[in-house]
Amino acid sequence: MKIAVLIKEVPDTYGERRLDVTTGLLDRAASDAVVDEIDERALEVALQYKDAHKDAEVVAIAMGPASARDSLRKALQMGADRAVHILDDALAGADALRTAQVLAAALGREQADLVIAGNESTDGRGGVVPAMLAEMLGLPLAGSLGSVEIGETVVRGTRTTGAEVARLGAALPAIISVTEKSAEARFPSFKGVMAAKKKPLEAVTAASLGVGPAAATSLVLTVAERPAREAGERIEDEGDGGRRLAEWLAARGLVGRG
Amino acid sequence: MAVIVVTGLEGIAGRIAGLAAALAERARAASADAVLLPHTPDGRELAGRLAARLGSPVLVDAVGVRLEDGRVVTEHSVFGGSFVTTAAADGAVPVVTVREGALDLPALPGADVVGAAELAPAEGRPDVTVESAEAVPVDTGRPELRSARIVVAGGKGVGSREAFALVERLADALGAAVGASRVAVDSGYAPQSAQVGQTGTTVSPDLYIALGISGAIQHRAGMQTAKTIVAVNSDPDAPIFEIADFGVVGDLFEVVPQLIDALEGR
Repeated sequence: MKIAVLIKEVPDTYGERRLDVTTGLLDRAASDAVVDEIDERALEVALQYKDAHKDAEVVAIAMGPASARDSLRKALQMGADRAVHILDDALAGADALRTAQVLAAALGREQADLVIAGNESTDGRGGVVPAMLAEMLGLPLAGSLGSVEIGETVVRGTRTTGAEVARLGAALPAIISVTEKSAEARFPSFKGVMAAKKKPLEAVTAASLGVGPAAATSLVLTVAERPAREAGERIEDEGDGGRRLAEWLAARGLVGRG
Repeated sequence: MAVIVVTGLEGIAGRIAGLAAALAERARAASADAVLLPHTPDGRELAGRLAARLGSPVLVDAVGVRLEDGRVVTEHSVFGGSFVTTAAADGAVPVVTVREGALDLPALPGADVVGAAELAPAEGRPDVTVESAEAVPVDTGRPELRSARIVVAGGKGVGSREAFALVERLADALGAAVGASRVAVDSGYAPQSAQVGQTGTTVSPDLYIALGISGAIQHRAGMQTAKTIVAVNSDPDAPIFEIADFGVVGDLFEVVPQLIDALEGR
């Protein structure tokens, strides 16, 4: 079994995240870059299979700037066998379609039995790349799974959408995407950190993957920062806090006046 | 503006690849300016596959759609509403996913509404098998979180599942939806479906009442575009007070029952 896991480097949600108001792109200098939490869960799903099936191979793939190498290194420390870094200045600011085209080329080279992605990144929150990949590679997509069972020839999982819980199955090869309800990610062990130093971390470009220029792209036309909210009135409860709050709400027409 | 609006996506799992092929044909035949779908798990899968087939960019999670100089321009609320952007597609007709509750899609001018049931899914596309499906009881008698005019949310300070009933009592007194912080959900005080924030639902109600919620940046990302924010917290340094229009520093188990009495007395 060969499992490819897609990794994205994102700004840490624990800090302030900013867009560059001239380019509309992420201001990478404004926040710390980390492995997206959802992708750590995706990797954990693969690693749990590998824990039980020692012959399984787990490949972590990321497209991103030079710093994304650190995200891949963390994936290797957690237990991935090797990593592929798609590092290409020409891909800076790539939209979901372009990203999917390049990832599809990288995955085409790997011919994995199973591809695991997060259901949506914490920064772009688009959640469309897994489906684009499925279409480009002609694979089934079992998307937004909260739990996953990987079998020899089939992958199964549960998907909760709106008012329904469905059990999905897909014959391998297949793509799945997992939600934040899926496996809680492990921390790299000391042994894992040491072992990662010897694991292969390959850098490739769009051209070396045989991907041509983009035909169509999304454009950010304008970017505006919403003015920060300001603190309003604040009171200490002196036994009448509830009544004063009710009066404040009523005075603004936010609750019925009875 | 001639846009295809795709509706009726409930229960399409297992047919999404076939529907994407059928929808691509429909979009080409109609020479649409854009194809609009809901930004839901099913809608996004259909959008992603459709875009890959058409070679079209996807403009995701739009909160506004308009025609500008002959092309479709979308508006987006990014990083929990900290930034507002507009976007368009260059080189191909865009596929647009629209935030639930943000727009009345079928009412858009020039909307050609296509129900998923009207489309004949293409045969032989690799897809998942739905082995079983069951409805989740969601009828709480309260308004839906995403579109509610008032949201009452509880956090860590509520302290227990039993005590969370107080959050629900206030919600019912106001005809509001019930929300919760991630800590409250992870601690089992409230169901996952109530989670507001970066990894939960993003809400933009007229009034958001935060009870015992400290206001971590991930929580604020899901509610800071509310028109009015009210907070009750015993910690005067809680960051939620920095964005609250009215804050009460105090014990929510003292303040909230008095608030409910005052509301019911009105």
